[in-house]
Amino acid sequence: MAIKNYEPNMVLATTEYEVVGTRPVRHDGTDKVTGRAQYGADFTSTGLIFGAVLRSPHAHARIRSIDVSKAEAQPGVLAAVTAKDFPRSDASPDEYVQLGELNTRLGYLRDNILASDKTLYKGQPVAAVAAANAHVAHEALALIEVDYEVLPSVLTAPDGMKDDAPILHDHLKTEELGELTDRVSNVAQHFQHVLGNLEEGLAEADVVIEREFDTATVHQGYIEPHNATAFWNKDGKVTIWCSTQGPFEVRDASAASLNLDIADIKLVPMEIGGGFGGKFEPYGAPVAAMLSKKTGHTVKIIMSRAEDLQGTGPTPGSNLRIKMGATRDGKITAAQAHLAFEAGAFPGSPVGAAAMTVFAAYDVPNVVIDGYDVVVNKPKSGAYRAPGATQAAFGVETVIDEIAEKLGHDPIELRLMNAAKEGTRRADGPINPKIGCVEVLEAMRDHPHYNAPLEGPNRGRGVAVGFWINGAGASACTIMVNPDGSLTLSEGSADIGGTRTSVAMQAAEVLGIPVEKINPQVVDTDSVGYTSGTGGSSVTFKAGWTAYEAANDIKRQMIDRASKIWEVEPDTLDLQAGEITSKVDSELRMSFAELAGQLNDTGGPVVGSCSLTPPAIGGAYAGSIVDVEVDPETGKVTVLRFTCVQDAGKAIHPSYVEGQMQGGSVQGIGWGLNEEYFMNEAGGMMNSSLLDYRMPVSLDVPMIDTVIVEVPSATHPYGARGVGEVNIVTPPAAIANGIYRAVNIRMEKLPMNPGAVVEAVWKNGG
Amino acid sequence: MPAKTYVQTTINGEHVDFLCEPRQSLLECLRDVIGLTGSKEGCNDGNCGACTVVLDGRIVTSCLVLGVEVEGREITTIEGVACGSTLHPVQTAFLENAALQCGICTPGFIVASKVLLEQNPDPTEHEIRFWLANNLCRCTGYDKIVRAVQDAAVKMREAEV
Ligand code: FES
Ligand code: FES
Repeated sequence: MAIKNYEPNMVLATTEYEVVGTRPVRHDGTDKVTGRAQYGADFTSTGLIFGAVLRSPHAHARIRSIDVSKAEAQPGVLAAVTAKDFPRSDASPDEYVQLGELNTRLGYLRDNILASDKTLYKGQPVAAVAAANAHVAHEALALIEVDYEVLPSVLTAPDGMKDDAPILHDHLKTEELGELTDRVSNVAQHFQHVLGNLEEGLAEADVVIEREFDTATVHQGYIEPHNATAFWNKDGKVTIWCSTQGPFEVRDASAASLNLDIADIKLVPMEIGGGFGGKFEPYGAPVAAMLSKKTGHTVKIIMSRAEDLQGTGPTPGSNLRIKMGATRDGKITAAQAHLAFEAGAFPGSPVGAAAMTVFAAYDVPNVVIDGYDVVVNKPKSGAYRAPGATQAAFGVETVIDEIAEKLGHDPIELRLMNAAKEGTRRADGPINPKIGCVEVLEAMRDHPHYNAPLEGPNRGRGVAVGFWINGAGASACTIMVNPDGSLTLSEGSADIGGTRTSVAMQAAEVLGIPVEKINPQVVDTDSVGYTSGTGGSSVTFKAGWTAYEAANDIKRQMIDRASKIWEVEPDTLDLQAGEITSKVDSELRMSFAELAGQLNDTGGPVVGSCSLTPPAIGGAYAGSIVDVEVDPETGKVTVLRFTCVQDAGKAIHPSYVEGQMQGGSVQGIGWGLNEEYFMNEAGGMMNSSLLDYRMPVSLDVPMIDTVIVEVPSATHPYGARGVGEVNIVTPPAAIANGIYRAVNIRMEKLPMNPGAVVEAVWKNGG
Repeated sequence: MPAKTYVQTTINGEHVDFLCEPRQSLLECLRDVIGLTGSKEGCNDGNCGACTVVLDGRIVTSCLVLGVEVEGREITTIEGVACGSTLHPVQTAFLENAALQCGICTPGFIVASKVLLEQNPDPTEHEIRFWLANNLCRCTGYDKIVRAVQDAAVKMREAEV
């Protein structure tokens, strides 16, 4: 693998296949460029009515009473609900509910759907109404009377950890190093990972750098707000239509919150307009179901953008202290991290993942990592693309950069000297399988971008490398052979970025047919086996693997059938390039389509199926190279050039791998430079619109060059790794390092917006 | 409920009439009254561009236009971009360049790009980025969208000569 000449998008392929690795047009493409694709908000049905949700105006308050009678009496309003309307099951509120990358307890889940006795963040739902007209429903919210006792609030992890901090949950006892204590506090959990002997490692070091970092709360910013439509039938069966990353997770969470059997709920996944981890919670679905039960109508609830920003799960702000030591010749001997993450209103921040990823790019013998999960009066945090890893990498990659500078090493060479490899133990336990950290760093080092001169004042080039765990999870798939030899594939993974095609390609490869012969469908939860959600970069890996096995099932059955027709032994036959042939008799051959036409009369149709939970995937590494220009007068940072290098294992559909890399990079740029929840002292979000929550637009960014490195994962049939997330991990750190090279200041806060940069320049005496 | 207004307009070349409340936006009328759900709502306050349509030759965010304002005017939505069963070159370019991931922003980008290329058949990268700066895409990082518009521009110029 070597980079010779510059191309904007390079694939450093190690193995070539017929279908895998090509770039077909996606199956759902035409519907999505013509406006025909049906997203959640597009769903309609006879007798559809609209729900609207009343949300807490206070960040922290006790609910003394809720009176919905005036709203219910309003002409046009058909029903109102509060938490009291929800059935209480025998299930303990402490029981866990799976919600993709983050899990929660049933009690917390319910309170996040409709608050019962307290509201814990501004924007938390407290009641809902349904009306035939959406405007009428929204107006009726003003008629609901809620008596609140406003309580003092707390907004950041360090503040939440103070002894005199306002307590969010009277019953939340701190879990300290695996033991449940009697201490009631906002610290839901403190855990620690230890490797080697930190003190000895620090003693060996010639240079030790320690810095503290703070990062702001940011939102996934998917363009389609949350939506849910539900119908509660007279027989007690519920259908939910919504845009979600986790059809099965939302079905199960809805069943748990409504106290129904899972079999009573069918979730019909609509097309989904982005998720990035933020579309696993059920939010409006159980509320719409309850309103449907009361009214007998199908009820649709769509969040406004302000509701979405204030009332869904952003990724949390964090406070980090990173300390690392290295010897003069560049060997990192010790690393310590203190990671305090805001969980939001309920426990469950991604601090666990932050701790797994924080030093995972390096082989460090002596490590201590402390993680704190701290509840604060902000929305319950959700997953966001490699949750926790971006915050952690911002700290670590800045400190590494400083070590390289202090020791006079090239920043990529220093990283290469210490890079994690197969066999390296992570501080949280696992020993690395085959990984591509070194290969990613080598591709960065060799890239023309890294070697191009960067001229002009106030310009600097930064680099960073990062790791994401990558998930797998359960997946199910069936493939039906149609009489003309075409195939229909059913899967359960919501397709957010072309995965119907990347999954179907893996089946097509097995059968030696063009992927256009397969029609992949994302079907409802009654029509396919349990499939864990579209998160953790898992779909092309797990659903692709399932499709691969289902296609092999078809292959076996087709060969068996041909062997019966020809009265020969199956092991004398083969299926390749869309044809069944005999290994011993060259006269015996039949096209796949020909045999498909005979199936019904020779024993019955052929359906291939597979359901499995693949073994762990082996994580992914990615790196960014960025050139920035800093205006020292205004503090504005302009991204001049950007290159993303990522190990995809095997890029099944390289265009969509590049798309993930480019999209993740730009989200990372937004996180690094602009995005942030501005909170007032009372805990209200002051910028809950897309004008003020400023995500990158096309004019803010350059082309994003990509290099796909292929170090095949040891487990997947084609060597694929997940590709969706790791690309967001490094841009903020790389930009911070670029800013340092440009104007000699170390940024310790995200976002590095003009105000923050100017402040740092002034502090530095500039 | 406020009295409804009778509106006659032209959408995608066909005469359309509908009833709407004075407070209903054009986007709401298109989606909920007329049933053209190709235009998407991402913000309802003019900041995402997912609802972009062409109104008398100019692109507008239809969430910031009232339904009653389109009396006697001409509207093109994403549903009217393709010609019969033939995709518009911009649509083909979006498919071939993988310029969409989730696709929720795509109708807005395609409508805006089509008008750009009608007015400026050979835009620079900067001109494309400037024109599309009111359309948010959170999935693609814009790279492949810009390339798709460049590709469509080339194909449309070739088709002209
Ligand atoms: S919905 Fe109109 S601009 Fe966002
Ligand atoms: S493709 Fe998802 S927002 Fe653009």
